[in-house]
Amino acid sequence: MVANASNGDELRIGVFVCDCGLNIAGAVDTADVTEYAKTLQDVVCAVQNKYTCADPGQNEIKDAIKLHNLNRVVVASCTPRQHEPTFRQCVHEAGLNPYLMEMANLREHCSWVHPNDWDGATSKAKDLVASAVARARFLQSQEEMAVPVTQRALVIGGGIAGIEAALQLAEQGHKVTLVEKTATIGGIMAQLDKTYPTMDCSI
Amino acid sequence: MGLSSRKAIYIPFPQAVPSAYTLDMENCLGNNPIACGKCQDVCEQDAIDYDDQDELIVREVGAVVVAIGLDVYDPTEMDEYGYTRFENVITSMEFERLICAGGPTDGHFVRPSDVTRPKRIGFIQCVGSRNPAIGRPYCSNICCMNTIKDTLLLADHYPDTGNVVSYQDIRAFGKSFEDMFQRSKEMGVRYVRGLPGDIEEDPETGNLIITVENTTSGKLERHELDMVVLSVGVIPPKDLKKISGLLTLSKTSDGFFMESHPKLKPVDAPTKGVYFAGFCESPKDIKESVCQSGAAASKVGALLNAGEIHIEAITSVIDPDLCTECGICAGLCPYSAIVWEKGQKAEVIEAACAGCGCCGAACKFGAITMRHFTDDQLVAQVQAVLEHEPDEKVFVFACNWCSYAGGDMAGISRLEYPASNRVIRTMCSARVSEEMVLEAFRAGAPVVLVSGCHYADCHYINANRQTVVRVQRLWNKLEKAGVRPERLQLEWISAAEGQKFAKVMKEMEVLRATVTPEEIAHAREALKPKPKKEKVKKEAKAESVTS
Repeated sequence: MVANASNGDELRIGVFVCDCGLNIAGAVDTADVTEYAKTLQDVVCAVQNKYTCADPGQNEIKDAIKLHNLNRVVVASCTPRQHEPTFRQCVHEAGLNPYLMEMANLREHCSWVHPNDWDGATSKAKDLVASAVARARFLQSQEEMAVPVTQRALVIGGGIAGIEAALQLAEQGHKVTLVEKTATIGGIMAQLDKTYPTMDCSI
Repeated sequence: MGLSSRKAIYIPFPQAVPSAYTLDMENCLGNNPIACGKCQDVCEQDAIDYDDQDELIVREVGAVVVAIGLDVYDPTEMDEYGYTRFENVITSMEFERLICAGGPTDGHFVRPSDVTRPKRIGFIQCVGSRNPAIGRPYCSNICCMNTIKDTLLLADHYPDTGNVVSYQDIRAFGKSFEDMFQRSKEMGVRYVRGLPGDIEEDPETGNLIITVENTTSGKLERHELDMVVLSVGVIPPKDLKKISGLLTLSKTSDGFFMESHPKLKPVDAPTKGVYFAGFCESPKDIKESVCQSGAAASKVGALLNAGEIHIEAITSVIDPDLCTECGICAGLCPYSAIVWEKGQKAEVIEAACAGCGCCGAACKFGAITMRHFTDDQLVAQVQAVLEHEPDEKVFVFACNWCSYAGGDMAGISRLEYPASNRVIRTMCSARVSEEMVLEAFRAGAPVVLVSGCHYADCHYINANRQTVVRVQRLWNKLEKAGVRPERLQLEWISAAEGQKFAKVMKEMEVLRATVTPEEIAHAREALKPKPKKEKVKKEAKAESVTS
């Protein structure tokens, strides 16, 4: 059983605040956010990075996991829709279950949209970090289920794009089903006489 | 295109693949012996079956490439160019047929009104492109080069033709494009920077007159032409909506499919295992389409070669000890992933669960845990965000696929809005339970916004219908408790709608400013859970799970 806020075991959370060059640090007081993170419940270390996603940043996370025996990681950087896989992999390499990592979106949802409100953006960034830490306290290890992939591809549309995709997949040795709604393939391209820039026939 | 007639049984064009005759069922008279049936009589292979029906073929696949192409803009609505009024005004697609050796005139380029060869041909660019007035603000990418190519073709076939191209900007940015443009100019094609307001016809001759302000010289030019080619733009294919619904895809503001990331994942759809190739993702030429097809094929190959994929561990788990066998969750699951029969505990089929969390939000008994988006986790976020100065904050629940992504899009587009909002992410808006919203009000939130995908675009089939049901129920609750219902807002924001996200955030801030400290204090008190006699047991049970 992994420690979490409900079972009373010791939680050790590390917070990594990313400057993202000036992408975040240009609109948010990241040093202040890092100091604030240290005051949050169960946070045992908070580190400010220039670029958390770069190797040096990731190494800082891995080192901190070992040094402080962290069992939760909060990365306060960009949208999880971009770098969640990166940081999940990072904590995994340091021996933590990937689901014990949580992100706070200080870039897309904060610095980039509040470039002229230093105090407002900083105060929002603190709340986003507090929110991520609060959530991290309840995170649990999870195991992903593996599902076999059916060995066939479907290509919808028999124009030049669909034909090319289907042929290339077939060349790779995969089974492909190409569907086309009209009586012939070729699409719009087949309706053209000559094509640029080579002035050769479309067919 | 109506340029010539064809029979009701035909080969679409000489090089058609498959090279087989097809029946035009709208015009075929069928095999009624009195009417026709002639083609069946003469076909020695017995290949004609008038009663052949569409057949449903079921194929299981592991990946999908969407390559549904484009539709060509129909210039009828731009009546100033007289496409439907003047015979000698044609579109660039009709031009292709008229100049093609396999076309209706065997490649002899003639004008429709009198079947003579036109010697002065005008091309009008951006018909249906870069024109916000008709709702088509984007550049169609291919029309400039297509026209340049057409002028070179004409110069090659008929060196004595004089051509005029009327344009806004010539976009010749691709490899060897500029070279083609210069060649066209060297061949004597006149390029006039400016678009005509309209086209007039001389009814006697069928000639066309255009008047253009040449914005380079500042002079008004009048051209009498034998024929005008409207260089029509391209539009999203009409099947896009249907495919979109089948594969839960979104579109960008120009109406084409939205990719996972505009720079880094240009061929990936937001739906796993689905990829884009060609025009349907954005206007592009043949070379770019071929490139994207290669990229899509390589992505599909990687997926198929991997043999298996890992499903994110965001699925629901039912605790049989807490399940009261009510079956509500089973009825709500959009994927029918919960098995339940009367008098039995509900059970989740993990492989079928997509992880929307609709069931978790609906279970009154705390029996359902949404892995990685548990009640504990989400309520902890609500409380953490609203711990200090809650009266200054707008609390936002945003779904991962649309609204949260819409917020990301606002960020990527650098759209400024007030910093008062605090967004937390759930996979689907249907994950947001009534308790979570009430908890935000209890913690002092002046305004709570629940946001999700547009109604028909829910990434979990139709889970967000439950979002509506819950928000409506909450509005009633708030009203009964004397809390202004508009303090709870519901908005649909798609992943492409960064502007809408920013606009909504501004509106929420305006609304927040109207909420008084007294109102906030009242809601905190009025919405406190009231332990009623018969409810005590349930409440206690729920408490033991959430705390």
